[in-house]
Amino acid sequence: MTQTEMMQKEWPLFEVFIRSKQGLDHKHAGSLHATDAKMAIRMARDVYTRRQEGISIWVVPSSAITASDPADKAEMFDPMADKIYRHPTFYELPDEVGHM
Amino acid sequence: MYTQALDFPGQPASPSNQVQTEEDAAFDAIIASGRKIEPRDWMPDAYRKTLVRQISQHAHSEVVGMLPEGNWITRAPSLKRKAILLAKVQDEGGHGLYLYAAAETLGVSRDDMIRALLDGRAKYSSIFNYPTLSWADMGAIGWLVDGAAIMNQIPLCRCSYGPYARAMIRVCKEESFHQRQGYDLMLTLCRGTPEQKAMAQDALDRWWWPTVMMFGPSDRDSPNSGPAMKWGIKRISNDNLRQKFIDAAVPQAALLGLDIPDPDLKWNAERGHYDIGEIDWDEFWRVVNGDGPCNRERLATRIRAHESGGWVREAALAWSEKQKTRTAKHAA
Repeated sequence: MTQTEMMQKEWPLFEVFIRSKQGLDHKHAGSLHATDAKMAIRMARDVYTRRQEGISIWVVPSSAITASDPADKAEMFDPMADKIYRHPTFYELPDEVGHM
Repeated sequence: MYTQALDFPGQPASPSNQVQTEEDAAFDAIIASGRKIEPRDWMPDAYRKTLVRQISQHAHSEVVGMLPEGNWITRAPSLKRKAILLAKVQDEGGHGLYLYAAAETLGVSRDDMIRALLDGRAKYSSIFNYPTLSWADMGAIGWLVDGAAIMNQIPLCRCSYGPYARAMIRVCKEESFHQRQGYDLMLTLCRGTPEQKAMAQDALDRWWWPTVMMFGPSDRDSPNSGPAMKWGIKRISNDNLRQKFIDAAVPQAALLGLDIPDPDLKWNAERGHYDIGEIDWDEFWRVVNGDGPCNRERLATRIRAHESGGWVREAALAWSEKQKTRTAKHAA
């Protein structure tokens, strides 16, 4: 890599996920540029947990994330709308049954 | 720290002069219904461009905003105040990151945004083109400038673009400590010696009008607020935000025992708001267009920091790549 290419090369982008406390999921918190995953963790600690917002950090190269296409939303998710029998509230039971 | 209404004349064409397509109409309906737009959703080119400009300039403002306060870190009067100021300036850097990250979801690169700032093509809030002349400025800035920023940023939490709105929620959570520490600092000075109170008054005298100008041109001089409002990017007009800020600040100044440097400041019972004197729009445009007290110094400092840090960026990347090659070799 030439000097100029090196100077213009951006650090790769990482997505940051934080688990705020034991028992909860890691939640997407934002993104940052770092040279590698180890640096990304340190930086995520600096930027996203200054007020004890987290006890665990995941970083993922943004290029590793595959996202569904918003244009496919209808095709992908509309079929769920008419399958209400998947919900407990679809079933009416007599009161005598008690809690179920 | 914050963004200034930078919707000046001469900005990209308003969407009303362009032909409305079916996609535009569908997009407008989504906005009108209060739903959010996310990164890969279809959006009009003008919406994307306007957001890239606003979010990146907001990010630039945060980072340049570290400079006037950074000036006093080594001269804080106590360890407590020094730690507080360090934490605040560190937050501003973090805010810059949240905003650059949000802007990047719109397809612009960090390098391009930084280059636009350093080339002088991108703007940042003109409030940061004023010098910090005394320790009391740290109080005035926290109380007034961050206070104005909060006024501006809370409605942005409801902005139509998801990543920007979420970044603003995070920023607002951190911003309130900024204002409280500034007001606390002013309170301490005003309850101190006569010299300390005089220093606080002097800082208020210098920061009041520039803060009032932070809300941007008057509504009647902001023709491009229209699209920003229509697209759910701007929720409240410049004049309304400015009025809200002044109505809140006047009693705050009274509590400090300080005088706001405006002889025309007066409660208007009919309107239910404070009337203020004439804003010096000449000064506003002068500073926005590059002729404020510190414009050249701020940009020069940013350029120097970027260039002198170049070897660190290159070295870190080179080292990482070397590590990757080494790991690959061992695996082979």
